[in-house]
Amino acid sequence: MQAVTEKKPFTPLIVAFCCNWCSYAGADLAGTSRLSYPANVKIIRVPCSCRVNPLFILRAFQRGADGVILCGCHPGDCHYSTGNYYTRRRMTLLFSMLDYLGIERERTRVEWVSAAEGTKFAATMNDFVQTITELGENVKLGDLRCKQ
Amino acid sequence: MAVNPMELRDTVLRITGVNPRKCMKCGKCSGTCPAYDQMEYHPHQFVAMVEKGDIERLMASPSVFMCLSCFACVERCPRGVEPAKLIEGIRLAMIRQKDANHMTMNDVPALLDSEMPQQAITSALRKYAK
Amino acid sequence: MSSLQKIGVFVCWCGSNIAATVDVKAVAEAASHEPGVVFATDYQYMCSEGGQARIREAIREYGLTGIVICSCSPRMHEATFRKTAQAAGLNPYMVEIANIREQCSWIHRDMAEGTEKAIILAKAAIAKLHLNTPLKAGESPVVKRALVIGGGIAGIQTALDIADAGYEVDIVEKTPTIGGKMAQLDKTFPTLDCAACILTPKMVEAAQNEKIHLYTWSEVQSVKGFVGNFTVEIRKKARYVDETKCTGCGLCMEKCPSRKTKSEFNLGLSNRTAIYIPFAQAIPNVPVIDTEACLKFKTGKCGICQKNCAAGAIDYEQKDEIITQQYGAIVAATGFNPISLERYDEFAYSQSPDVITSLELERLMNAAGPTKGVLLRPSDHEHPKTIVFVQCVGSRDTTDCGKPYCSKICCMYTAKHAMMIREKYPDTDVHVFYIDVRTPGKNFDEFYRRAVEQYGVDYIKGMVGKVVPHDGKLLVQGSDLIGGEQIKIDADLVVLAAAIEPDKSARPLATMLTASMDTNDFFTEAHPKLRPVESPTAGVFLSGVCQGPKDIPETVAQAGAAAAKVIGLLAKDKLVGNPCVAHSNELMCNGCATCENVCPYGAIGYIDKEINDHGRREVRRIALVNEAVCQGCGACTVACPSGAMDLKGFSNQQIMAEVDAICKP
Repeated sequence: MQAVTEKKPFTPLIVAFCCNWCSYAGADLAGTSRLSYPANVKIIRVPCSCRVNPLFILRAFQRGADGVILCGCHPGDCHYSTGNYYTRRRMTLLFSMLDYLGIERERTRVEWVSAAEGTKFAATMNDFVQTITELGENVKLGDLRCKQ
Repeated sequence: MAVNPMELRDTVLRITGVNPRKCMKCGKCSGTCPAYDQMEYHPHQFVAMVEKGDIERLMASPSVFMCLSCFACVERCPRGVEPAKLIEGIRLAMIRQKDANHMTMNDVPALLDSEMPQQAITSALRKYAK
Repeated sequence: MSSLQKIGVFVCWCGSNIAATVDVKAVAEAASHEPGVVFATDYQYMCSEGGQARIREAIREYGLTGIVICSCSPRMHEATFRKTAQAAGLNPYMVEIANIREQCSWIHRDMAEGTEKAIILAKAAIAKLHLNTPLKAGESPVVKRALVIGGGIAGIQTALDIADAGYEVDIVEKTPTIGGKMAQLDKTFPTLDCAACILTPKMVEAAQNEKIHLYTWSEVQSVKGFVGNFTVEIRKKARYVDETKCTGCGLCMEKCPSRKTKSEFNLGLSNRTAIYIPFAQAIPNVPVIDTEACLKFKTGKCGICQKNCAAGAIDYEQKDEIITQQYGAIVAATGFNPISLERYDEFAYSQSPDVITSLELERLMNAAGPTKGVLLRPSDHEHPKTIVFVQCVGSRDTTDCGKPYCSKICCMYTAKHAMMIREKYPDTDVHVFYIDVRTPGKNFDEFYRRAVEQYGVDYIKGMVGKVVPHDGKLLVQGSDLIGGEQIKIDADLVVLAAAIEPDKSARPLATMLTASMDTNDFFTEAHPKLRPVESPTAGVFLSGVCQGPKDIPETVAQAGAAAAKVIGLLAKDKLVGNPCVAHSNELMCNGCATCENVCPYGAIGYIDKEINDHGRREVRRIALVNEAVCQGCGACTVACPSGAMDLKGFSNQQIMAEVDAICKP
């Protein structure tokens, strides 16, 4: 006899920031090519990956996101020439801060996805969701007041 | 002496720090080499053969010891491949081979003559005997 | 969420593209309960005329202040729906798109899952729209005049094409004449027509064109402003000869007693006078006095040129002049130079006069050159019998004396030289050491094969290891990789195909223009494939080798393309910008200049302004974004330590609202 109450399988909430010129177009291409990835990935469009303030990522965690992924153009391909270089440095700093806070570094990820890489976009999202599902719920950074 | 050629190659590359893939096969090393005519395999061939893992053939050839280590090829190489270092690495790999004793005490008397400094014999024995 | 927005939500079925996996009615229903939403509906094809008419009607009927369209990607129809909104009197930037097709219905199979996600995406768009403000794109006027920097074939062609369209063009050239490197060449590949015969008519055309103004012996000193409205200071260096009076008779040069200066034009292979024109066909045909060679300037005694000038054009008192001019567009055409070979000791370039560069060979073979076109060794003026060409000298070289890139033109000009020498002097042995022969281009490979098959040029796959001057000869030692031997050639003349590098003036110019450069000092293009003649800095265009190595046909093609882009810009009366630009909150800005440093476009400047900070009035240094230059990347918004910088259309609050809406359980 099982005494355990039936638990819903854990589906993580993923926030994806995509730059308008490469990754958002890559996500569109994944859609046009009908490449599926889990519905719990929600995309926010930003002009450039360098528009993403690390605060946005912390805010997402605070509000209950289990993973945040930031996608931009490949280094050297940025529509604004240098935006993704700023992103790369800022995220390195954010990673070390999250490390310091004891947050699993796998919960945040930076990926370069070009407008032609629909397949990569879908594969990246599948992989990321898989990683976060294995990691489990974001408990440490989530604000209890924001939970149900 | 059954050594995996790729392992041997990796050893040589590790101890020399040379990346033969940087070679664009221009042949400037062989163009500049003063010992070219004494060699069976020439500097540019060394690089190509090491990359393919064809090292045992090189080891069997006296070419390895014809290199004067003048480093002209290293100096001139437009891609920074450093062929002379590679050759030195192959020499070292030969010396370090298991059970390979390239010189014994018994070989010394035959090498002695009035021209050869004793110091040279001593250092050769240190280097090549196990 | 408390705002006074009245929002309409329109859910598109996209036929069955969306409706098959998303319950559109449920999405509209869920959206209608969101705060601020006064109207929500669904329709088969929102982008169709019928769909758009519904949107326009709803905007009027419900007095909507903003609309959310749940449909395909904004990359597809955002512009369409913005126009629709505008037609109904709504600001086009009060439109938000929830992408429920590419990023929802097309990637999910399950209806419940798809519908749930679509609702969240709609809610995020609604949350963002609450914080939208009407935006208006800024406008700036366009000055109908272009500046071309560099008067080589690239600059001349660009200027001619722009002038042809009826716009004024100024060419700034730092040497005393236009013409550039092409003027120094003998013949051009692959047709072997003489460079001067095709270039000089273009030079004359540029000089005579009413729309083109030449500033030779001049340099750009400063550049301010932005696309459509640059202010440029040009330093016109003192020529000491009055251009308006000089008749170009040449008597001054004939009489000048200082005749021992190496001619720059002939690359030191001949001498020139202190008052000189670089070559006979120079434009303008007005001499320049070299103050370092002139006896009048050095000793104060001489003045022979002045005494002999019937026109009275010589003016030793002339001063540099600064010309300030307004331009709508700037074209960089700064060109190239062969690299210095001083550090290549193995080729003995500095040791022997008979080791020369290919450009020097051009002068030696040119009928107007120092030897009147007769090929003679610089050392003893004998006919060379054995000539060795060495390719890739400094090209494809990752050491610090070389360049890592392929210089592109050397394979072809070496084939040309080898062929022309064999044609003129069939008794000459010509050997070419090559690493690879690269001849992509129309009729290029045929040309190279002709050198081998018809003219019997000896191509050797391998590189020269060293050149040793010995007994009046040059001992060339190299490897023949195919023959498997080291070969030694006793040569009379060695010609080195030196790598080319961007002109040294390009780097400081790029800084003035805030145009970006790569590690080799070539200008970067806005997009390597799709915008090859534009710099990422708006209003700055690229022509010729300053962007990357290229031959004459490619340079001319690119010059024309750059001109077309300039004409496209100058044809506009006003530039309408992207309204989604950065702006700084002057109450919060502390003038720290962090944003200025990260801006890739140089769009941020500083002003001192009187600020009324809650009743306290004081003058503060604050950031000011030039909306015409800002491209809206947002790099500054994150860099700003005080949070003063924000991006219109993608504000911090808007993005946070989206995050919250997505994360809200």
